[in-house]
Amino acid sequence: MDILITRNIEKRFSNHLALDDVSIAVPQGTIYGLLGPNGAGKTTLLRIINQITGPDRGEVHCFGRPMQANDIYSIGYLPEERGLYKKMKVGEHAIYLARLKGLSRPEALKRLKFWFEKLEIQGWWNKKIEELSKGMAQKIQFVVTVIHEPKLLIFDEPFSGFDPINANIIKNEIIELKKKGATILFSTHNMGSVEEMCDYITLINKSKNILSGHIDQVRQQYGSNVFELTFKGDLRKVSESLTANYELVSHTEEMGQVKANIKVNEYSTDNRLLNLVIPVAEIIGFRQVIPSMNDIFIQVVQEYNKTHRQS
Amino acid sequence: MSKIFLVLEREFLTRVRKKSFIIMTILAPLLFAGLMVVPMIIATMDDTKERSIAVIDDSGLFKNKITETEYLKFVYLDGVTVSDIQSTFSESGYYAVLYIGSMVANTPDAVILYSDKQPSMDITSHISSAIKNEIETQKLKTYDIENLDDILKSIKTNVRVRTIKWSKDGEAKESSSELVFGLAYILSFLVYMLIFMFGSQVMRGVIEEKTSRVVEVIVSSVKPFQLMMGKILGIAAVSLLQIVIWLILTFGLVSAAGSIFLDSSKKVVAQKETVTNLMEQAGVAQTVTEAADQPSFANEMMTALSNINFVLIIGGFIFFFIGGYLLYAAMFAAVGSAVDSEADTQQLILPVTIPLILAIVVMVSGLKSLDGSLTFWFSIIPFTSPIIMITRLPYGVPTWELALSAALLVISFVAITWLAAKIYRVGILLYGKKHTWKEMWKWIKYKN
Repeated sequence: MDILITRNIEKRFSNHLALDDVSIAVPQGTIYGLLGPNGAGKTTLLRIINQITGPDRGEVHCFGRPMQANDIYSIGYLPEERGLYKKMKVGEHAIYLARLKGLSRPEALKRLKFWFEKLEIQGWWNKKIEELSKGMAQKIQFVVTVIHEPKLLIFDEPFSGFDPINANIIKNEIIELKKKGATILFSTHNMGSVEEMCDYITLINKSKNILSGHIDQVRQQYGSNVFELTFKGDLRKVSESLTANYELVSHTEEMGQVKANIKVNEYSTDNRLLNLVIPVAEIIGFRQVIPSMNDIFIQVVQEYNKTHRQS
Repeated sequence: MSKIFLVLEREFLTRVRKKSFIIMTILAPLLFAGLMVVPMIIATMDDTKERSIAVIDDSGLFKNKITETEYLKFVYLDGVTVSDIQSTFSESGYYAVLYIGSMVANTPDAVILYSDKQPSMDITSHISSAIKNEIETQKLKTYDIENLDDILKSIKTNVRVRTIKWSKDGEAKESSSELVFGLAYILSFLVYMLIFMFGSQVMRGVIEEKTSRVVEVIVSSVKPFQLMMGKILGIAAVSLLQIVIWLILTFGLVSAAGSIFLDSSKKVVAQKETVTNLMEQAGVAQTVTEAADQPSFANEMMTALSNINFVLIIGGFIFFFIGGYLLYAAMFAAVGSAVDSEADTQQLILPVTIPLILAIVVMVSGLKSLDGSLTFWFSIIPFTSPIIMITRLPYGVPTWELALSAALLVISFVAITWLAAKIYRVGILLYGKKHTWKEMWKWIKYKN
């Protein structure tokens, strides 16, 4: 079941189209990555989902029905540009934000105590926000986003401003929230985190959804049939054994081992490739080369921009 | 609604806890009280200059009867009228002219002190008690000494010395009209200052939320309109609290200072006659208790007080201040939402402040001719009415005009808040650019 669906969202600001016919579907209990270059429209889409602005066209369905005003109580949203009142004390501020999410004061206090202990930040309770570093404030932001235990969590660039250690803590917390049953939608530039965490992705470029799907399918799709063959032996013999259906793309040689990337065209298969090389070399490893999300991101965006500049 | 209240609560508590709020709340009444008490003290300070006062006694009862002091001498003139002496007064060397009407025994305000200066309280209270004592003595003589209680009761008399000031063109003016003038001037200026002060607090608050980016976090759980209204109402609550504390503290300080610096007889005079209207209001209770014994004086005080209707003025002041504040606060919020820093507001804020400044200009010139059509229209038009209506209020305003002005103010504040909320909603999420009124007008037309 899809917990969140946007259909044909269009949003226009005075002189440019921020979102053009964007549809996404976020399956329940998954982590969904929203990728795209700066200014592509990710934040606008997240703002529309959170009812901060309204779409000019299109609709948002949430929890199996058209979105309603009080659905925001069931959504936790961490905006991209996030700040806090500098003069307020950490604890007081956290309670205020938790109460705005609909929690009573005692309930907010109880849950905040739990989270502050979990993240080992109890000592900050009576500090003023202005005494905190950026990363520390981000942690507070994260806590108040999840404090009301929403079914749907939306993070806009959750890792920006964190050092690697704290980014990892937050990443693990997000994965734990998913295990507890929450659905997570987040936008990011951090492709490493996408590969580690996401089940599904959508790539938005120039206001349009240009790539959507399960992350394994996407990577398969852009796999381009390149195989990495690791062997001991003579590279020349191997390349001579290859017929016209195969192409040696690249190779490296290290400590007597050769790694060769070989592309297989549509008239052959990986098994036939193995049959060809087994007689001439001692095979150590053989695997399909799957492109990283980073490569796919760059490739897809550049191809899109090229074709659309021409048109 | 509960979210507006949560925002309101935060705005109120964080502001009320600020040191600047506490300091302002305590210092301002000290200043106000100082402004009232210092002239009072000066007026009652012992004067060491010898002064002679010409006495024109139509009753013939007081010749050489008014007790003289070291510095105060009385010269009794026969066969001279007040108008005779007015023309030559400045050359005569008299400090003042005391006129005692023929019916002084029965009509206390038959005693008038004319001068080209404001006679000090020392002098007026000395004269009033001297004349009072003399009349009482005279009355006592006409009774048998038996049944003394009844006698004392029946001869109880009061003398009130009205001070009338001659201006250079020979016009006579009761001091109390200056009182109304001062009241109108001070109150309308106060409304102007408070609207500016608290309105720009709203603007600064919006800018602070925008530059610190906290606004994004808040609007993920609160509608922009709720955030704006919560802020405006929270600051309104702060302003009301501050005004109430100011009133109470000023009252307290003035009456405390009064009882310390002035002895009781002087204090009564001081409270009734001079300085502030607030003080006159405090005197109401006294007047009422004395009313049984002194019908004529009490009546006069009551009519004077009903001319200055304090319930109406204080009620009107609070209504028009709050109405004006709400009207302008929404516009201040809209301006705040369109900029990234306070430095950028100057140009945008001008259209908002022009009506306020215009109102002050009209107020100053309008005080000379309050019945003019200029002051009438400015007291009806909502953008200037909070100030100009307060200017007119102490002089008395027809009920229908008051009702019309109040209704227009409420309607326009609802309309302006609605428009401002539309600007605010778009503005708070746009960064990095200073926007113009033209763009803001476009934002009004955006959907959602």
